[in-house]
Amino acid sequence: MHDFASAIAEAFRLIAALDGNLAEIVLLSLRVSISATCLAALLGFPIGALIAMANFPGRGLAILMINALMGLPPVVVGLIVYVMLSNAGPMGGFGLLYSPAAMIIAQTVLITPIIAALSRQTIEDLRHEYDEQLRVLGVGPLRAVPTLIWDGRFSLATALLAGFGRASAEVGAVIIVGGNINHVTRVMTTAIALETSKGDLALALGLGLILLTIAVMINALVLGLRVTATRTAYA
Amino acid sequence: MGGAASSDTAAILPIRGEGLTVDRGGRRILDALDVEIGGRGTLVLMGPNGAGKSVLVRVLAGLVRPTAGRVTWAGAPPDRRRAPRLGFVFQRPVHLRRSALANVTYALAVAGIPKPQRVKQAHAALARGRIAHLAQAPARVLSGGEQQLLSLARALATEPEILFLDEPTSALDPAATTAIEVLLAEVRAQGVGIVLITHDLGQARRLADEVAFLHRGRLVERTPRDQFLAQPRSPEAQAFVRGEIVL
Repeated sequence: MHDFASAIAEAFRLIAALDGNLAEIVLLSLRVSISATCLAALLGFPIGALIAMANFPGRGLAILMINALMGLPPVVVGLIVYVMLSNAGPMGGFGLLYSPAAMIIAQTVLITPIIAALSRQTIEDLRHEYDEQLRVLGVGPLRAVPTLIWDGRFSLATALLAGFGRASAEVGAVIIVGGNINHVTRVMTTAIALETSKGDLALALGLGLILLTIAVMINALVLGLRVTATRTAYA
Repeated sequence: MGGAASSDTAAILPIRGEGLTVDRGGRRILDALDVEIGGRGTLVLMGPNGAGKSVLVRVLAGLVRPTAGRVTWAGAPPDRRRAPRLGFVFQRPVHLRRSALANVTYALAVAGIPKPQRVKQAHAALARGRIAHLAQAPARVLSGGEQQLLSLARALATEPEILFLDEPTSALDPAATTAIEVLLAEVRAQGVGIVLITHDLGQARRLADEVAFLHRGRLVERTPRDQFLAQPRSPEAQAFVRGEIVL
């Protein structure tokens, strides 16, 4: 109990002192997860919009797949990206394995279905609601897309935050493709796993507290978006 | 109103439906129905639930493709370019998640009105609907009556030749209903054609020039208002006017 209390105290001291090692890990984590979220948004929003707006053979299957992929196990994603980026893989020539870029790719693969599925649902719901009104105004499908995206902006922002939350809390994929190399690919989640196994609870707890704070901030942002949307009747 | 919706937009009247048949879920909603909307005065569509009134106006507005038959606007098939010349107000108003003003400017943008004129025209449309003071309010917090007035203002902003209204007052209280009816009377006086669906015989008496009665997907009667209310020709319309249940 005493060890635990002192570990907590040390964790707070590391955070308060802006410990260099801890800061490096936190900044790399944010860089990787924010980059992955941006890339996933670039892929996921158009995919979601396309499935929501277009009628094509196999659309039901596409929705089924994208919803199923929301639950992709991170270690499986890590394994697949590892195979792709390894020397024997089709992207081996890029030499990305065990680099932050590999971790960004893995997290992008992991959260793109989340952003695509949630944005598909948002845009499709709005499309059903607006369909007759937009058509009677003379709005075609191409013009409808930016309208639906703008009017669904609060829900789409929530989808983005959900993706970032999943990316920043993920450990299985980044440890496989990043290798948890100190000063190179060590992020919060992999560092927590390592430091806990080494018995260095202070650093693990410090990182855990920061990770927890980020999770709380994301949820606060989601709640804030919902409250704002409801208050302004744009929800 | 300042400036037509688009001066180069082709006319859409008369609107003709020939042999209109609509089948849905194994049921015939419209049955080889012929109709022409010339665009003068107010045509009230009446008939029991399921008679096909709402489907008919959607088919004529180009929103629903008929199973058989064809619709023409001024002799040509309906097209998106001319859509702003036809105003449509639904039973339940649908508004974008934006302010009342932005809802109207959006319709004007779609109609091709140049940006500098949009806000001015939108304010004028809101003033016409007596909701100028609500311009900056989010459309979805407005009361039911205000939302319907906004729908009407938006539909009129593009200066349509004809206005279709699908039971616009069925969910409104008498005050809001009166506000809508006053506006419709003004619109009619300005030469805009009106096609109004209603179950309310009093409303038909107040607003209609002509009444068309639908029953089981067929147009069974189309007569001047006074004749319809005093001496409807068809047995179905006679029963309807007497207040009997028409199936």
